Amino acid sequence: MKPAAFAYLAPRDLDEALDQLAEHGADARVLAGGQSLVRLMNARLASPSVVVDINRVPGLDALAVTNGSGPATLRLGATVRQRTSELSADVATHAPLLAEAGAHVAHAPVRSRGTVVGSVAFADPSAELPAALLALDGRVVARSRSGERTIEADDFFTGPFRTSLDPGEMVVAVEVPAVGARTGSAFVEVARRHGDLPVCGVAATVTRADDGSVAGTRIALCGAGERPVRARAAEDALTGSDGGEDAVAEAAARAADGLSPIGDCHGSADFRRHLARVLTGRALRTAIHRAAGEATDV
Amino acid sequence: MSETTSTAAPEKVRVRLTVNGTSHDLLVEPRTLLADLLRGDLGLTGTHLGCEQGVCGSCTVLVDGTATRSCLVFAAQLDGATVRTVESLGGVDGSLHPIQRAFHENHGLQCGFCTPGMLMGTCELLERTTEPDPDDVREALGGNLCRCTGYQNIVKSVCAAGRALAAERNGAQV
Repeated sequence: MKPAAFAYLAPRDLDEALDQLAEHGADARVLAGGQSLVRLMNARLASPSVVVDINRVPGLDALAVTNGSGPATLRLGATVRQRTSELSADVATHAPLLAEAGAHVAHAPVRSRGTVVGSVAFADPSAELPAALLALDGRVVARSRSGERTIEADDFFTGPFRTSLDPGEMVVAVEVPAVGARTGSAFVEVARRHGDLPVCGVAATVTRADDGSVAGTRIALCGAGERPVRARAAEDALTGSDGGEDAVAEAAARAADGLSPIGDCHGSADFRRHLARVLTGRALRTAIHRAAGEATDV
Repeated sequence: MSETTSTAAPEKVRVRLTVNGTSHDLLVEPRTLLADLLRGDLGLTGTHLGCEQGVCGSCTVLVDGTATRSCLVFAAQLDGATVRTVESLGGVDGSLHPIQRAFHENHGLQCGFCTPGMLMGTCELLERTTEPDPDDVREALGGNLCRCTGYQNIVKSVCAAGRALAAERNGAQV
């Protein structure tokens, strides 16, 4: 066995889990799917003294669509598996980008155990699901013993493997507003091997107005910085345009503006900037076609 | 790390689980991986550990019917679970399971290190898809690395196993 010794706690309900996290603070790690955490522990890159296994906490495995007064919201609890999300009819209907990005995560046996929330909370700057959440204008529902708060995805990711969660706080769910009419999305990536983390990936949503112009877009990149980042210059370039090839090319050309990717053995910083531009173009073309109701293969 | 953890060994965890039809009631150290429990405590060394970081797929077993990396799960998490390993496939008389026979006949292995993971991944696939096409096989086993075969014969083996199992289910002679 490889991991350092730790105490294993298996809370039976959320209050018990939150009490344990409050008691042990930064010494504790939450174990959901474990497909990132256990790997880190095997390599002793993480050595928490306490592991809080939330898999037996009832209710956290709920994947639900809530219709309040406003638009519908898709909510995925902390133990909803990536495979469940990927194959869910609700996800396909209300946030197809999440399913499309999810299908790129590792391989099926890993996704059968790994959770969507776990990937978001782990905040790997190269991972697909945090970028998808960012492009979907999603939010993170965090709870601690002192209460619950909602953190916009834009404010959640603060650095490599770093988030704005406080010690003692855990992510109980992620929420995504259901996509509206005339909205299309796409996820594309380049990875060294199928199932690897991407060198760079792009998640995009595009909403078109009645006259066909681009009413709004969100473009999020993974593998292009210290955290999942939005390509705001590209978003600005596309918004208000006619969504034609020239506008897409203009937006794509700006996708790497302001980025400072890290160069490593998987790709130099320049290569990642190049990928950011090329993949943004591809993602936008597909998303625009989908927004117009045309089925397009990536 | 806090000092409290370095002075006292963490409490062991009771795990009751069924492995290949046999019930076990065990006390395990929390850090015991399922793969180590199978190999070290239960002597089921058919499950192979390659990378120990979820990349190679050699350690794949079925946990409650789902193909799972046994190097990425703690045994402590599996109270009440049912586990199947490669040892469950063959008969006690040494006879081969149809999946094993298909791998044998189609040269789906050479050194055999990755084979237990390949077989258990195939097991899961053939539970839900009776006659998979090559793309289904590549999707299901895409996370299992093999350095010998070049994969083509593995895909062939799984397709053949699917046909053999379908024929068996239909009562035909294989």
